[in-house]
Amino acid sequence: MAKSIDVSDLNIYYGDFLAVEGVSMTIPARSVTALIGPSGCGKSTFLRSLNRMHEVIPGARVDGKVVIDGQELYAPEVDPVEVRRQIGMVFQRPNPFPTMSIYENVLAGSRLNAKKLKKHAADEIVEKSLRGANLWEEVKDRLDKPGAGLSGGQQQRLCIARAIAVEPQVLLMDEPCSALDPISTSAIEDLIHDLKSDYTIVIVTHNMQQAARVSEDTAFFNLAGAGKPGRLVEMNATRKIFSNPDEPSTEAYISGRFG
Amino acid sequence: MTEVRPPKITPRAPEDRPGRAAGTDEDLRRHIPLTHARLPRWAPALVAVLAGAASGLLALSLGWGLVAWAVVGIVLFAVALPAWSRVVENSRAAKDRLVTVLVWAAFGLALVPLVSLVWQVVSQGLPAINAEFLTYSMRNVVGEGGGIYHAIMGTLLITLMAAVISVPVGLLTAIYLVEYGQRSTMARTITFLVDVMTGIPSIVAGLFAYALFVLFFGEGVRMGLGGAVALSLLMIPVVVRSCEEMFKLVPHELREAAYALGVPKWRTIVKIVLPTAMAGIITGVTLAVARVIGETAPLLIIAGFTDSLNFNLFAERMTTLPVFIYYSYTQPGVPPEYGIERAWGAALVLIVIVMALNLLARVLGKVFAPKSGR
Ligand SMILES: Nc1ncnc2c1ncn2[C@@H]1O[C@H](COP(=O)(O)OP(=O)(O)O)[C@@H](O)[C@H]1O
Ligand SMILES: [Mg+2]
Repeated sequence: MAKSIDVSDLNIYYGDFLAVEGVSMTIPARSVTALIGPSGCGKSTFLRSLNRMHEVIPGARVDGKVVIDGQELYAPEVDPVEVRRQIGMVFQRPNPFPTMSIYENVLAGSRLNAKKLKKHAADEIVEKSLRGANLWEEVKDRLDKPGAGLSGGQQQRLCIARAIAVEPQVLLMDEPCSALDPISTSAIEDLIHDLKSDYTIVIVTHNMQQAARVSEDTAFFNLAGAGKPGRLVEMNATRKIFSNPDEPSTEAYISGRFG
Repeated sequence: MTEVRPPKITPRAPEDRPGRAAGTDEDLRRHIPLTHARLPRWAPALVAVLAGAASGLLALSLGWGLVAWAVVGIVLFAVALPAWSRVVENSRAAKDRLVTVLVWAAFGLALVPLVSLVWQVVSQGLPAINAEFLTYSMRNVVGEGGGIYHAIMGTLLITLMAAVISVPVGLLTAIYLVEYGQRSTMARTITFLVDVMTGIPSIVAGLFAYALFVLFFGEGVRMGLGGAVALSLLMIPVVVRSCEEMFKLVPHELREAAYALGVPKWRTIVKIVLPTAMAGIITGVTLAVARVIGETAPLLIIAGFTDSLNFNLFAERMTTLPVFIYYSYTQPGVPPEYGIERAWGAALVLIVIVMALNLLARVLGKVFAPKSGR
């Protein structure tokens, strides 16, 4: 059920400010694509435009095309709510719902949409999603405890469980490990590795090793200069980007000579 | 219990600090004492006793009253303790002691009116309270006896009705302002109007409600509902303001998390924003109720005054506790003692109701607060 995403000539604005300019790329299905680049070059902005989360910010808008499974995301008749059901997202900071237990957090996607679930089916979804997020063993005895009581790494895996419980086609992750310790990070990297057989995953990361470890393809974004919009500099197989990139600026960024 | 010791601080020798030439940090290696002399624990108590005694002596010899004695005692204490501390300890400790004294003195000062008010009301009102007082109206009562049952019911009904009107209006306005209006001209206009409404004198709200009801029911109309409308005019801005603040406190990430799960905006508001802010909303509403439950002026105009019980908000006069207090005090009847005693009794009941509301709000706030414990 994973789908590939075709982006062409995407310009992303905050009000009058052009944040990201002229991005065209193809994100392959059932694979992990990493977005790297210096801070402020528009990685998060680009990622959020892939599930129409960008327009949640007042004044934010997008022009260009994003096509997933032959459907144009920004066509006027497309319902953004429907889009977000198909394209899940994990945020930089873990954000479990504080009023809900662990169990309810995992089911939030269906419960909030007032989907009726039999107790048995609900239990099944919770266990499957928590197992999918490598969290089941740690929380199975305290599913009714508040989700906010978990550690940072567990909370982030809970958020991943919550995202995959609604079985999206694509999973977007914005620096999911930046607030986590190395052990939680490695748990989440393992998880990304497992999830890629079922999902199309796009992950923003500041960690070169992480990009090299988890992704098949890597896209390098950069700013042409201060105040200028971010652009896609190069997208290639991760192996190629890290050994022999086409662009000198990619090489410079990866080898740590700037950014 | 294991004793917790402060960690020993052993500065490293300059040789093993990379990037520093030995000798440049000569002064860093000098021994810096971490302890200094402290006044004994009983020092404040001793100074307090001495200051009290000294001021007492002065008061006795000069024939001052209790207030002057307390003021002079506190001033002496505020001078003596920091001075002693300055000599034995150091100037930072002395300042700390001085500010501590000032803070406690201010706190005590703030408590004086509160405590004396409660004391006054309890001591004057308690004798009036008995079963008859709480369960009888004033119908056909002259002189002794009678009760405030009709006024308690009037207060509860009118305030409840005011809450029923203003909570939905206020809550929905706040939702519009925070979730939909954002910084639009419309939202800013509403915010401005709400601010203006906060300052409306309550008598004006009463006149407005009266004028409004005259349009429908003719001159001389009196009904509980009118009182509730007048009170809700005063309540709505408070509810809007407090709900708005509470909604703003709900982290934006939670809304985004819900959107990212494909939850429509209205469901996000109902199922995420409202429950997360619920504790604060309840507190805000209770404070708004407490703000209007003691209103007198608007109710004098539109709800009127009666000695009889009236459960019907939609017809006839209805007495509330503040109005009852006002009439009992200004027109106590002959002989006046009974009326005045009833006024104090009613004041005590009113305060108890407000306190009960505040306690209820705290309990509900605890129940609805987001849980974060492990
Ligand atoms: N909510 C916002 N409103 C206005 N400008 C924004 C907003 N969020 C990000 N930007 C701008 O968009 C640009 C890209 O930001 P972002 O996508 O967060 O970068 P990255 O994730 O690569 O660090 C930056 O110049 C940033 O200042
Ligand atoms: Mg970012």
